[in-house]
Amino acid sequence: MAVSTPQSSTDASTPGITLTQTPAGPCAVVMGRWTAAQLTVREVWASVAAALQAVPAGTRGWDLRPVQRLDHFGAQLLWNQWGRAWPADVQVIPSQRAVIERVAKYSTAAPTIPESTWWGRVNVLGGLLLQAFGHGKDLTRLIGQLLLDVVKLVTHPREGPWRDMSGHLYRIGATALPITALVGSLIGVVLAYLTSQQLKQFGADAFVVDILGVSIIRELGPVLAAILIAGRSGSAITAQIGVMRVTEELDAMRVMGIAHGYRLVMPRALALAIVMPLISVWTTLMALTGGMIAADLSLGISPTFFVNALPKAVEIANLTLALGKSVVFGLLIALIACHFGLRVEPNTESLGKGTTASVVTSITVVILVDALFAVVFKDIGI
Amino acid sequence: MSAVGETGSSGFTARYIVDIRGLWTVFKTPAAEFVVHKDLDLAIERGEVVSLVGGSGTGKTTLLRQILGLETPAKGTINILGQPVAKLGETGAASRVGMLFQQGALFSAFNVLENIAFPLRELKMLPDDLIRDVALVKLQMVGLGAEHAYKMPADLSGGMVKRVALARALVMDPPLLLLDEPTAGLDPESADGFVSLLRSLHQELQLTVVMVTHDLDTLYELSTRVAVLAEQRVIVSGPPKDVIAFTHPFVHEFFLGERGQRAMELLREYPFAV
Repeated sequence: MAVSTPQSSTDASTPGITLTQTPAGPCAVVMGRWTAAQLTVREVWASVAAALQAVPAGTRGWDLRPVQRLDHFGAQLLWNQWGRAWPADVQVIPSQRAVIERVAKYSTAAPTIPESTWWGRVNVLGGLLLQAFGHGKDLTRLIGQLLLDVVKLVTHPREGPWRDMSGHLYRIGATALPITALVGSLIGVVLAYLTSQQLKQFGADAFVVDILGVSIIRELGPVLAAILIAGRSGSAITAQIGVMRVTEELDAMRVMGIAHGYRLVMPRALALAIVMPLISVWTTLMALTGGMIAADLSLGISPTFFVNALPKAVEIANLTLALGKSVVFGLLIALIACHFGLRVEPNTESLGKGTTASVVTSITVVILVDALFAVVFKDIGI
Repeated sequence: MSAVGETGSSGFTARYIVDIRGLWTVFKTPAAEFVVHKDLDLAIERGEVVSLVGGSGTGKTTLLRQILGLETPAKGTINILGQPVAKLGETGAASRVGMLFQQGALFSAFNVLENIAFPLRELKMLPDDLIRDVALVKLQMVGLGAEHAYKMPADLSGGMVKRVALARALVMDPPLLLLDEPTAGLDPESADGFVSLLRSLHQELQLTVVMVTHDLDTLYELSTRVAVLAEQRVIVSGPPKDVIAFTHPFVHEFFLGERGQRAMELLREYPFAV
C-alpha cells in the first residue's frame, strides 16, 4: 500500500514512505532524498507528514536502504517517529547509521525554563522599582553634571567643544526649518478656518485675531515646535549615543579621559536650549501667517488689519513666557534623549527600546511641563 | 595550477559547486570607479576546502559576498550548485548555503536556540518540537551544551558566538559553507578548537568550504586548496605546497616570510593538509 504518492513528480528524489507486508510483519520502506532542502518544500512536507502519520505506531520493520541521501534533519524526523529508540528490525547502510547515531546522541530534552513563582514576581516588581529609582538617579546626576560642565565652560571658554556645538545647532536647528514651517502654517490655517466658522455666527469676526494671537504665540507655537524637535532630534540623539555604546565608542572615550557629560551631553543640551526658542519663534510666525491668510479668505479680514490688531490682542509678557518655555523644553528634550542614549545596553534590541522610550518620554514631559507653566503663569499676559 | 580548464561543457554544473567565470566587480562612486575583480575565474568542486588569501583590499570578502549574491557582478557569471547566484536568495536559501560572518551576526533579540532555529521557524510549516530538536542537535554538534540554549548572544564569549553562528549556518545541512575569517578574534586555544571542529564537520557532513583567512595555521590545517587573489584576479590556485612554490612577491611575502616559516612547521606535522 503506497501511503505517499506525491502528485506532481515521478521524481525518484522526492522523499516518501511505502508500507509493505513481509513474513516478519509490516515494514516501512523509506525512499527519496531525506534532506532539509527536499523536506521543507511545502507539498513534500505535507505528504511526508501524512505518510509518517499513516505508519502504525510500533511498526518494527524499517528499511532505509533505498534512501538516496539522509541528513540530520531527515534523521531527526525518523528518530522522533521511532520514539527516540531504534526499531527492532531496521536496515540501514553504515553512513546512514552514523548520521542517525549522531542525532540520537544529541537528542536530549530541552532544558526547562524555570517557572515563575510568587517570589520571582516580587523580584520583578522590585526590579521595576529599582529601575525607576535608577532613572531618577541618573537623570539627577545628568542635570548636576550639566551644571558643573556649564560652570567649567564659562570659566574655561577656550577649552569648550564649540565646533561640536555649532554642528548640532545646524543639524538640530537649520535643517528643521522646512518641516516646522510646513506643520506650523497648516495648523494656523486649520485653526483660523475652524474658529472663523464659529465666530461668524456671532458676528464677532474681528476676535479671530485675539484667539489666534494668544493661542499660537503662548501655547501652540512653542509646544508644536518642541514636539517636532523631540521626535526629530531627540530620537537622533538617543540613537547616536546608543550606537556609540553598542560599538564601544563610549568606553573608548572614557579610557581617553574624555568625560561623556562634557563632550556629549553639554553640547547637545546647550545647542537645543539655543535652537528651541528660535525654532519656536519660526513656527509661531509661520502659524500666524497661515492663520492670517485663512482669515482673509474666509472672513475677509485683511492682513493689514490683522497685523495692526495683533499687538493690542497679545501682551508682551506672552512673548517672554513663550521664549522661556522653549528654553526649558529644549533642555528637557536634550537631557532625556542623552539619558536614554547613555542607558542603552550593547545590543540592538535595547537600542530600539531606548529610542522609543526617549521620544515617548520627551513628548510626554513637554506636554506635562507646558501644563505646569499654564497653571503657574495663569495670571500673566492674559 | 588553475582549476578552470574545461569551458562550455554542459556537465560542469554537476561538477562544480561554485563556478565563477569572467567576474568583474566594480565599485562606483560619483568621483571614480574601483575595479576590484577583473576577469576572475574560480571553480570549486564538491568536498574541497578552498582558502582565499590576498593582501588587504584585494577583494577576498567581496568575492565571498559575490558567491552569496550580496553584491552584483558588473560582468561575468556566477553559478552556485549549478544555478545562477541570483536564485540563491529565494526561499529556503539556508538549505543551499551557510555563511559564518566575521562577527557572528547573531540576532541580538533572540536567544541561542531561537537564533539557530530561525531559518526553520521562518518556513512556518514545521512542528515546534521538531524545530527545537533539530536546533538542539546542531547546538551540541558544534560543541556547546544544551544548558546554553536560552542564553542571549550578549552573554556569550567570542568563541561561543562563533560556534552558535556556525550551528545556525548548518541548521539545514547546506552542502556549501562560507567562512569569513573563522578564527579572527579568538584566543589561540579556542581557535584550535574551532579549526578541529570545522575539520570534523567537513568530513562528517561532506561539506564544500570556502573561507577567507589570514591565519596561516588555520589555512594549513584545513585547506585542500589555496587561491591567491592579486592583480584583480586569482593568480594561482592549488594545494598549499604548490602555491608556495609559485613565484610572486605576495606569495613569497605571505607564505615564506618570518610568520610563514613558523607556520610551515605545521605543514610537516599535519599530512592532512597536503
